[in-house]
Amino acid sequence: MPKKTFSRNQNRITEHPILEFERKKRIRFFFQGRPLYGYEGETIAAALVANGIRVFRHTEKLNRPRGFFCAVGKCSSCLMQVDGQPNTMVCIEPLRPGVRVEPQQGRGKLP
Amino acid sequence: MRETGIAVVGGGPAGLCAAITASRLGAQVCLIDDNDRLGGQLIKQTHKFFGDKSHYCGTRGIDIASILFQELESTSTRVIPGTSVVGLYPGHVLGLADRSRFSKLACKSLIVATGAAENNLLFPGNDLPGVYGAGAVQTLMNVHGVRPGRRVLMVGSGNIGLIVSYQLVQAEIQVAAVVEALPNISGYHVHAAKLARLGVPILTSHTIKTALGHESVTGAVICKVDKNFGPVPRTERQLKLDTICLAVGLTPLAEILWQAGCQMAYVPELGGHVAWHDEKMQTNQKGIYVAGDVSGIEEASTAMLEGRVAGAHAFEQLRGSNTQSRRIIEQARTELRAIRQGPFSRRVVCGKNKLVEMAGK
Ligand SMILES: Cc1cc2nc3c(=O)[nH]c(=O)nc-3n(C[C@H](O)[C@H](O)[C@H](O)COP(=O)(O)OP(=O)(O)OC[C@H]3O[C@@H](n4cnc5c(N)ncnc54)[C@H](O)[C@@H]3O)c2cc1C
Ligand code: FES
Repeated sequence: MPKKTFSRNQNRITEHPILEFERKKRIRFFFQGRPLYGYEGETIAAALVANGIRVFRHTEKLNRPRGFFCAVGKCSSCLMQVDGQPNTMVCIEPLRPGVRVEPQQGRGKLP
Repeated sequence: MRETGIAVVGGGPAGLCAAITASRLGAQVCLIDDNDRLGGQLIKQTHKFFGDKSHYCGTRGIDIASILFQELESTSTRVIPGTSVVGLYPGHVLGLADRSRFSKLACKSLIVATGAAENNLLFPGNDLPGVYGAGAVQTLMNVHGVRPGRRVLMVGSGNIGLIVSYQLVQAEIQVAAVVEALPNISGYHVHAAKLARLGVPILTSHTIKTALGHESVTGAVICKVDKNFGPVPRTERQLKLDTICLAVGLTPLAEILWQAGCQMAYVPELGGHVAWHDEKMQTNQKGIYVAGDVSGIEEASTAMLEGRVAGAHAFEQLRGSNTQSRRIIEQARTELRAIRQGPFSRRVVCGKNKLVEMAGK
């Protein structure tokens, strides 16, 4: 993936006519070794998108980029390497402090 | 191995109502959902619901979820959240997988209320990051408060496409256009009018031809289509945007029913393959019931009523019928019939009738 500088948490909704987002505890986690911030109670996918990251993996055969698609754990589009564990569906995986998230290449590597 | 009387798979409006009903009647009930938070589709629905007055019409989906959840908490239902049902073994034994472990749960009756999954659409680039299901966009925006992108093309003008477009604008995201392959808008006029007032163009007889971009979406090519949905030459237009949102229908999540050996039928009016079921919501496999979108894509109000019917019948099958269970069934059926009399239910009714016709065969 090309190295880019992301403006942090650029995609968070702060004002909404109907909803209030209670952002409890700020959590630090790592994407490709870089520290990023998300909030307790959200998924890894939501935290990544909030930080402007949309490419979660590249496919085995055609090396196509993939992001999330269904966001509810039904389509396997969002598989990433999480704390070394490949094939983790980040759209339903809760964000934990210090978790290390890596884009997955193909089928990923077993820890 | 753990055991229960009735296992309900899926904690959307259908599953919640099934569990509440069966549990209140006195059955031992276990409710399994793969999310940590119960409510299914409802937890991302911030709009006031359409439908019948007595079925929470005018109430926001998220608030209906809270009401049902409170009702559930007042029963003795055992809730197993964050757990997927990944298989069904002979003798009504469910395989459960949570984040760290696999386990089994035996039940006497099973109510499958797994809902539906969003459809994709065939076009070059449909796998690029930035092409998202409409429900996924809702989850991101309304549950997590995160914007999926800055400028969006919505594909599909059914209620879901229209409502999610409106919610995108509420979250200060631009909607470049809504494209619809049919010559007319397919959702309710009220939703379309709200969008039109915001200046969002709804282009009928239009479709997406290609998604542009290498690592993620940077644009889209749209074009006009003719009566047979073929592209009209020289009508292509290129739009600059970063997100393409697909609202092109749902397909029932019926894997467990296939595995159970239920008789399945392809009924386009119901969204795809559904299990044949009778008035009791029972499939041709004794003790296996269905309710909600998995038995045919419809709406939350009917999902709740079907849940009640399935829950009460599952109870009766185990413990025999009583005046209370008969009353619940009678009332829910009457209400279902009333709702399905409306003009928007024609398609579903036609689909459900096809199932009835199959019964004799
Ligand atoms: C944008 C949008 C707007 C809508 N607006 C309205 C409206 O205004 N009025 C209205 O009446 N309806 C509306 N609906 C429709 C309504 O939300 C659905 O019809 C209803 O939620 C269906 O309920 P259900 O319980 O069948 O399924 P769902 O709500 O989909 O719930 C199913 C649950 O089962 C879980 N599950 C699935 N498989 C498994 C498994 N193997 N193991 C464990 N758990 C599993 C799922 O994760 C989910 O939580 C709308 C839908 C959408 C998407
Ligand atoms: S986006 Fe579909 S499984 Fe995660």
